[in-house]
Parts: sequence; structure tokens; C-alpha cells
Amino acid sequence: MMKSLFVAVARFVCGVRARWVGCTPDARQRVYFANHTSNLDALVVWASLPPFVRDLTRPVAARDYWIKNRLRRYLAHDVFNAVLIERRRPTARDNPLTDMLGALGDRHSLIIFPEGGRHDGGGLAPFKGGLFHLAKDRPDVEFVPVLIENMNRILPKGEFLPVPLLGGVSFGAPLKLETGEVKAAFLARAEKAVGSLQPS
Amino acid sequence: MNLRIDRQTCWLVGGVLALLVVSSLIGWALSLRVSGEPGRATVQNLNARIRAWWMMVAVFGLALATGGIGSVVLFGLTSFLALREFITLTPTRPGDHRTLFWVFFVIVPLQYYLIAVKWYGLYSILIPIYAFLFIPIRSAVAGDCANFLERTAKIQWALMVCVYCLSYVPALLSLQIAGYEGQDAKLMFYLVLVAQISDVMQYVWGKTLGRHKIAPTVSPNKTWEGLIGGVASATLIGAGLWWATPFSPLQSAGMSFVITLMGFGGGLVMSAIKRDRGVKDYGSLIQGHGGVLDRIDSLCFAAPVFFHLTSYYFE
Repeated sequence: MMKSLFVAVARFVCGVRARWVGCTPDARQRVYFANHTSNLDALVVWASLPPFVRDLTRPVAARDYWIKNRLRRYLAHDVFNAVLIERRRPTARDNPLTDMLGALGDRHSLIIFPEGGRHDGGGLAPFKGGLFHLAKDRPDVEFVPVLIENMNRILPKGEFLPVPLLGGVSFGAPLKLETGEVKAAFLARAEKAVGSLQPS
Repeated sequence: MNLRIDRQTCWLVGGVLALLVVSSLIGWALSLRVSGEPGRATVQNLNARIRAWWMMVAVFGLALATGGIGSVVLFGLTSFLALREFITLTPTRPGDHRTLFWVFFVIVPLQYYLIAVKWYGLYSILIPIYAFLFIPIRSAVAGDCANFLERTAKIQWALMVCVYCLSYVPALLSLQIAGYEGQDAKLMFYLVLVAQISDVMQYVWGKTLGRHKIAPTVSPNKTWEGLIGGVASATLIGAGLWWATPFSPLQSAGMSFVITLMGFGGGLVMSAIKRDRGVKDYGSLIQGHGGVLDRIDSLCFAAPVFFHLTSYYFE
């Protein structure tokens, strides 16, 4: 109930149009990796998935942000079923990779933002290595590049009131780690896959 | 606002429904006969347009049935959707964020509130005076000087077309015409009907006879044959609807002529903006038509002129 309400609000405020360019919605296990420009990013990717995929898909988000107050905790736990990870001081016990692998399990999909933080405008920031390690540990999972557009105009960094423009979410063709592919090559390929979803 | 639903309104609504039934039948017949890929695509688009027309007529009819307030709400929401399509297409900078928030959540509702309470003295100047001065002030306070004039002009123009001009459609309900009291809803119906029929007729004439392009760099679909055929037939149809208006048949023909010409101009201007931004449609909300703004561009240009001509000569 709350879930569908949130999806409806997100779709209205962000006018989200999902474009499935390189694949179709599917319940198989996937990691959706996207560019990150706004706090609404995880919400809009999640909301733009059809319900049968959305129910299996968990956004990965920064723990420090999402446990700050009761509303955020409620949203993260009860609405999005988010996977909260430590981004500031990862330790052996508090390792984001372990958390993400655990959350994937044998039926869930994830939404991740490999740039690490939010970046305004002008291209992608270099991807962090976690994406590569996920791909190495789970060769059976599809890695789907996702390009989020206009969200930095709807809710730029540092603002708290959204302006209701039309956002866009494009899903590209899935990637898999090739045999013998090294970290730098895979990350470069992943960055290019997200960047190339820009409509000309 | 109390608006009478009289016999003439029933005739208007009945006529539109009959028109839709006939076009749906024609669309269906064409889909059976058409062969070849480009032809099939055109007919599919035509049928999507007709289905969307049913939807739009239903929404508009519902708004009319609730009396004035439903129409104000409907056009207010339409303005909101059109504005978001326009601003999405227009590059703005982070420095415009707070200005845009005011535009969407204060100026748009305020304009339509003034229309609802029929405060002509303020709704006719709220945007061209107060909003137009407020927008650059708010952006200047935000402190970003890059392309300042350009950014300001874009937001002002978006408000002008999507909100100010369109709000003149429900503003018709505040006209006081002697001998026509309580019947302004028909005038609103008349304007929307003539503007939209003119669009449809220009499309039909253009698709069937169109040869000579008017402004090929702006829109390859606008031809002299489409314009002349569309304007002539919509003017004739508008003249034939004089009984629902305070106009004589000849006056009604003149009004319809102005509506169709302004509508053509609106379509052309909005195409030029789309062409400059490298897109074909403003959005994808209405099946077969594109975005909201693609459907109402002609109405936006025709409404204020129709309002002021009617007010000047008949009020």
C-alpha cells in the first residue's frame, strides 16, 4: 500500500519514463548500476521497474544518510527494502561487498551507484572497484547499465524541494565479466555502457 | 460558478461525439484497407490519435459538467504538465532551481486561483508584470550570472505560453455578455472545438493534398494546401456553430478565422522551438499526439486573442 503510493508519487514528481533499450524487464537476478546525481536516484530507478521486478530489487544506499531520522529509516527498511552499506570506514567486518553479496542471495537484484557519491553534471566520475568484485563473485548475475537523466535538475545537490521536471531512466544491454578481464578494463567497459545510453 | 447545461450545449456535445464515432469508423475502415509499411504506420498513428481524442473529449466533458471550477482545475493541471515539458526541454542551471520552484508551485496555482475568482484586473497582469519581474530578481539572488538573460527569458516565455495564454481558456467563463449570461461554457467549448478542428483539418488536408511546404526548416508537415484547406474548413465549421455563441454567423466566421490563424502560428512557433532543441515532440503523455504541449500549442496562441476580441466587441 505505502509502496504503491510512493511509486505513484515518485512517478508523478519525476515524470519518470523508463526506456528499455538493451534488455527487457525480467525477474532474473541483475545488478542495475547507474550514474548518481541526486538523492532521488535510487527511488526513481526502483519506481520505474515493473512491479514483479521491483519486488525483487533492492537499492543499495549509504547507511549514514538513511539512518539519520525515523522517516528515512522507515523508507529504507519498510518501503524500498534497501541494503544499507558503510561507505565511510569499511572494515573487514563491515565490508560493503559482503553486505551486497548477502543481499543478492539467490533471488534478489540490486541497484547500485558505482561512482560512490553524487556528481553534478559533466560526465561520469570513475567507477569504484566494488562493481568488479561483485561481477567476479557472481558470474551468473547480469550487470545492467542504467542512465538516469535530469534528476540533478529535479533535485540538485544541496536542495531539498524538488522541481517536477521530466526525468528519464534508460536500461542498456547487460554486461558480464569476460574470462581473464582485468578490473580496469571491466570498469572502463561499464562506464562506457552507461555513458552510451545518452540519446543523441 | 453556475453554468447552465442547455439544449445548445447538448447539441455541441452530441455533435462532437458523432464526429468521434465517424472518425473511429473511418480509422477502422482505413486499417482494413491499408497496405505497405509507411501507410500502415500513418494509419496506426491516426487511430492512436483518434483513441486519444476520445479520452481528451471525456476529460473535457467531465470538466464542463462540473461547472466552472472543473474547467479551471483541468486547465490548471494542463498548464502544469505543459510547463514541465517545456522546462525539461530548456536547459536551465542549478541557480534557477528555487526560481523554478516558485514558478511551479506558487505562480501557476495563483494564476488559476485568480481565474477561479474571476479577478480580471489581476489575472491579466500577474504573469506579464509581477512574475516577469520576480523571476530575474530571484535568479539574481541565487547569484549565477552565466547566460542570465537567456535563462530568464526562457522561463518567462515558458510561463507566458504554457500558463498565461492557456489560462485565457477558462478565463472565458468570467466574461459578462449581455443576453448570454451563464452560457460562457459554450464559448469555451467553441474556442477549443474550432482550434482543435483546425489542427485536425490542417493535418487531413496536408496529408492528402499537401505539396508546397510553408517553412520546411521549421516543420516539414506544414503545407500551404494544409493551411488553406484547414483554415477554410475550420472557419466554415466555426461559422456554422454561431447558434451556440453570442456572434452572428458572419462574426462567428471572423472569430473562427482568427482562431485558426493564431492556432497555425502557435503550432509553427512551438515547432521551431522543438526543432532548435532537436526533438520531435515535447513529451509522450498523449498516445499518437506526443506531449501535452504538442496538443495545446495552437490553443495557447488563439485563446488570449479570442478572449480579448470577444471582450472588446461583445462585453
